[in-house]
Amino acid sequence: MQLDGKVPGGPLEAKWDRHRFELKLVNPANKRKFNIIVVGTGLAGGSASATLAELGYNVQTFCIQDSPRRAHSIAAQGGINASKNYPNDGDSIRRLFYDTVKGGDFRAREGNIYRLAQVSENIIDQCVAQGVPFAREYGGQLANRSFGGAQVSRTFYARGQTGQQLLLGAYSSLSRQIAVGKVKMYTRREMQELVLVNGQARGIVVRNLINGELESYAADAVVLATGGYGNVFYLSTNAASCNVGAAFKAYRKGAFFANPCYTQIHPTCIPQSGHFQSKLTLMSESLRNDGRVWVPKNKGDKRKPNEIPESERNYYLEIKYPSFGNLVPRDVASRNAKEQCDAGYGVGETGYAVYLDFADAIRRDGKDVIQKKYGNLFDMYANISGDDPYQTPMMIYPASHYAMGGLWVDYNLMSTIPGLFILGEANFSDHGANRLGASALMQGLADGYFILPYTIGGYIAGTSLPRLNTDHAAFKEAAADVKANVERLMSIKGNRTADDLHRELGEIMWNYCGMGRNEEGLSKAVTLIRNLRDEFWQNLLVPGSDQDYNLSLQKAGRVADFLEFGELLAVDALARKESCGSHFNEAYQTEEGEALRDDENFCHVSAWEYKGFGNEPEFHKEPLVFENVKLTQRSYK
Amino acid sequence: MTQDAKTINITLKVWRQKGPGVKGKLETYQVNNISTHMSFLEMLDVVNEDLAVNGKEPIEFDNDCREGICGMCGAVVNGAAHGPGKGMTLCQLHMRKFQNGDTIVVEPWRARAFPIVKDLIVDRSALDRIIQAGGYVSINAGGAPDGNAVPIPQEIAEKAMDAAACIGCGACVAACPNASAMLFVSAKVSQLALLPQGKPEAAKRALTMLRQMDDCGFGNCSNERECEAVCPKEISITNIARLNREYLKAGFFSEFK
Ligand SMILES: Cc1cc2nc3c(=O)[nH]c(=O)nc-3n(C[C@H](O)[C@H](O)[C@H](O)COP(=O)(O)OP(=O)(O)OC[C@H]3O[C@@H](n4cnc5c(N)ncnc54)[C@H](O)[C@@H]3O)c2cc1C
Ligand code: FES
Repeated sequence: MQLDGKVPGGPLEAKWDRHRFELKLVNPANKRKFNIIVVGTGLAGGSASATLAELGYNVQTFCIQDSPRRAHSIAAQGGINASKNYPNDGDSIRRLFYDTVKGGDFRAREGNIYRLAQVSENIIDQCVAQGVPFAREYGGQLANRSFGGAQVSRTFYARGQTGQQLLLGAYSSLSRQIAVGKVKMYTRREMQELVLVNGQARGIVVRNLINGELESYAADAVVLATGGYGNVFYLSTNAASCNVGAAFKAYRKGAFFANPCYTQIHPTCIPQSGHFQSKLTLMSESLRNDGRVWVPKNKGDKRKPNEIPESERNYYLEIKYPSFGNLVPRDVASRNAKEQCDAGYGVGETGYAVYLDFADAIRRDGKDVIQKKYGNLFDMYANISGDDPYQTPMMIYPASHYAMGGLWVDYNLMSTIPGLFILGEANFSDHGANRLGASALMQGLADGYFILPYTIGGYIAGTSLPRLNTDHAAFKEAAADVKANVERLMSIKGNRTADDLHRELGEIMWNYCGMGRNEEGLSKAVTLIRNLRDEFWQNLLVPGSDQDYNLSLQKAGRVADFLEFGELLAVDALARKESCGSHFNEAYQTEEGEALRDDENFCHVSAWEYKGFGNEPEFHKEPLVFENVKLTQRSYK
Repeated sequence: MTQDAKTINITLKVWRQKGPGVKGKLETYQVNNISTHMSFLEMLDVVNEDLAVNGKEPIEFDNDCREGICGMCGAVVNGAAHGPGKGMTLCQLHMRKFQNGDTIVVEPWRARAFPIVKDLIVDRSALDRIIQAGGYVSINAGGAPDGNAVPIPQEIAEKAMDAAACIGCGACVAACPNASAMLFVSAKVSQLALLPQGKPEAAKRALTMLRQMDDCGFGNCSNERECEAVCPKEISITNIARLNREYLKAGFFSEFK
């Protein structure tokens, strides 16, 4: 089946305007007759819940954490892009659009990206109005910086806590709507099933994480804003509860999963230091503005970094990419670090780390300037590693960070299931095969504040939605399925915890589906994952009971989904016989070792349809058409 | 890591409590061969893995980001909220802060407004209710003026950011002898009172948030400064002074009473 993204016709600049005009409207007085479920309170879900409630809809919102303010968006550090062109350095909607298309290696929809660039400006205005304390210049104007290799300064930030401040802004708007009763907030709930009635998304079943009870909720439309699946690698920069569960349940019910193999590996994370490691901490990309990446020229050089003379250091990014140097995009920086380490030049105890050195920057600008810029990051590094980065270079290594893939959505952000909308990192839409720094926050808030609130109205106004409640048989069936699944997990009583099995899955994913992929490895991954899945269902150990708070049980459910999803990721990677952005298939590279796209055969979105447990999913294609940007080979030389 | 890892043995005493109404007690665990590179929570992971495979129930504790920003984690460690590290959350604390042979006592936040859920997990929804009472600027999406329409002096933006850095973990409440949430309330009131966007509602906000704080069962502030000492984001009690000023102003506007 060929998928239609439903991007409106007409000139790029006019598409969104035209679409908004053509969308049917819900009469203001009628909005309060409609109920909408939003799962997730990150930037995407938080902003969507608040905005839908402001428009008059009745909203029921759910999250895993004890408060909506703790969604994983809170951890974003670096900033948020917008094409405001305040610094007068030549930015524009078109330039942000162009950079995003190119950064994504020409694997996303032009129409969506242009809209994203258009609304980026409203986002900043909205956040300022909420009281988000963005960094300011002395004159009181908003400050901007260049981020992740952008040639213009379009990134807005609030110290190293941009995600926190934006999320608290959305949370404050959400709180205001909770107070007036337009949003009913359900915390410590985990969505376990999507409920369809007559093929439409009409509700969910959640597990109350405090007492284990299953609860059903009905609505006229369901919005998933449940974040990304980076934790399929076990070790990642994501928070512990980040999962693929909600998205995967929707996939099982018929929502197509798009481009699962596009996973971003962030180049600057603190390397793993032992088996016990539970997460990898991101060191903001902004560090690459001043830090220089290098490895020793001699393999296995065990000298302290400061004892290695200049002439014996290989500043491989600066040498290989003279024009972008240390600021090449994430995928390029990550792959090069891996290449150096695989070749035996890595440093640190494990040999899987490279140096990020600030000595020159400190010499040039003085310690004070560097401290002012990066003080809290340096402190964070020193606390975790025990080393002082003012004295000795940081050690960094790539880690799983972001999921470009996600549930397939059309221009309205609706999945292949009518009435099921997907926002934020959970959808696949805007970043193609590689996301640019500071663009995830922009996309999450664009979806939630400025896109979904219009498009969902179009759906509701144009669809027949018979009244129903949770007495409907579909809810009873869904709840029974969930109950059976929980009982199954509890009853195995084997001897391996979910964490233990998850760690093993992570190793498989990292070794065979990570930064460098090949057919042999990917096929091997499929077999290994299947075996591990069998092991899981035979040997899982869930301690405690399912009647009270039990984190081990929560984790077991999430790992079960990751074990199926991991295979889907590998299958998708196998099917994409080209290299593009974050997906690097070693068989497809230029002579210089750069990703080699095959636009003839792979200029499309791959969307997968579930065909039952253990069966091959069915492949569907959405061709990508580029009318405004010429397909070129990315070059950062 | 260049700094050499050591391993240490410790004695853990952890508060175990099945659920809200039940009696809890400290249980003792001997924990050996802990790498000093581990974070405190990774040490608890190791203990939990061991408990699980030995047929016992793991220690439940809240955590998510494990990098000091989500505000989910927190426990009183050897009498200090978030433990002995200064300006950091429990998840940022590393085992190199401890010595071989140490005894470490771990207890949940204790406050009337934070009922215990299980073991080290408490219910902090009262903090959300305080924000719902007024911790926002009343503005709908759409129609906001240009972000640069109102200049904000850099030092004001910085001060607002200092206050806005609060992660809502509740350590201030746990450390306060009166279990007051004054630092938490003052951080939000200050952030918004400092910024032009928050000024129109500043006085009313101070009043409604404080009223909600009382209703939730938090105590009053008697200037003990324990909150400031444990705050992982080092939020200053000068914010409490600012809150008091806003509160006094509110007193002049009878319509808010
Ligand atoms: C360390 C770090 C730094 C980053 N820095 C930046 C940056 O500087 N700039 C940038 O643009 N991007 C950055 N990113 C990426 C960005 O933060 C995320 O992509 C984005 O915040 C995702 O937002 P979201 O709303 O889609 O999902 P999330 O914020 O992940 O929220 C997911 C929500 O869904 C809920 N949920 C999930 N599953 C379920 C379920 N089954 N049932 C109920 N609820 C569920 C969760 O409780 C949560 O509320 C960073 C990411 C990381 C990890
Ligand atoms: S787990 Fe997020 S602050 Fe500690």
